[in-house]
Amino acid sequence: MKCADFLSELTNYLDGVIDARTKAELEDHLAWCHNCYVVCDTTKKTIEIYRDSQLYELPEDLRTRLRTAIVSKCHARKKAGPESV
Amino acid sequence: MSTIQPKVDEPVSDELALVQAAKGGDVGAFEELVRRYDRNVFRIAQHITQNREDAEDVVQDAFLKAYSNLHQFQGQSKFYTWLVRIAVNEALMRLRRRRPERMVSLDEEVKTEEDSLPREVADWSPNPEQQYNQAELREILTRTIQGLPASFRTVFVLRDVEGLSTEETAEALDLSIPAVKSRLLRARLQLRERLSRFFQRRENGKEKLESGDTNQ
Repeated sequence: MKCADFLSELTNYLDGVIDARTKAELEDHLAWCHNCYVVCDTTKKTIEIYRDSQLYELPEDLRTRLRTAIVSKCHARKKAGPESV
Repeated sequence: MSTIQPKVDEPVSDELALVQAAKGGDVGAFEELVRRYDRNVFRIAQHITQNREDAEDVVQDAFLKAYSNLHQFQGQSKFYTWLVRIAVNEALMRLRRRRPERMVSLDEEVKTEEDSLPREVADWSPNPEQQYNQAELREILTRTIQGLPASFRTVFVLRDVEGLSTEETAEALDLSIPAVKSRLLRARLQLRERLSRFFQRRENGKEKLESGDTNQ
């Protein structure tokens, strides 16, 4: 297996959607290819950092304001009937 | 090396009942659906539009559109996937409006300046995120993901931040499964490449944030 082959399977490998034989080949490659090991490990860390990052959390006061507006408009549409949709 | 563990879905067994009740005019049931997913919709919208006001509008408009079109929801997909599809379209519409000079499409094959072949292969520090304080880290992550083309960051956010499956992402974005996989791989590799600058093991302290705007 070449590095390019490894790279093309990287997403399937990290997501765990790969057959046992390909997985074994990839791990064999990882065992001796330091560059691919680093790319694989740091890609995994990239995903985990973003997943745990809590970027763009919705503040509670804004959340309440948006929900109140949505619910009140839903009531208005309900009252006006389907022709307003 | 272990694989990425997917986020565990909250139980959605009562979700169809809520949708049915909302279809029947129960606004309280719909409010419960808003409570469940407003944070997700806001996050997705802000990642796509990169603008706080637009993201607020997307939350309102996406839920109202969902409410008005509930009769079209057939229950073949999850309500959340259906809602995300509406929210992504609303967000892209606003992004196009704000940046009419750029073509914003999820379909086009994006040509980016950097290819996806890794260049940075230095290992990272053991706990890279701890090299920076919370505000610095947030700044690094925000700027880095904002630099990706819209089609890449949308796929990355749905798959890796929000935890949708490849199939759900394809459905929400109206893309083929191979297209989702190809964009996801390139998004992951480009983010990794750019983060390496900040997180790699180094002798002389940490990389400083530039003061200029590095967006796109």
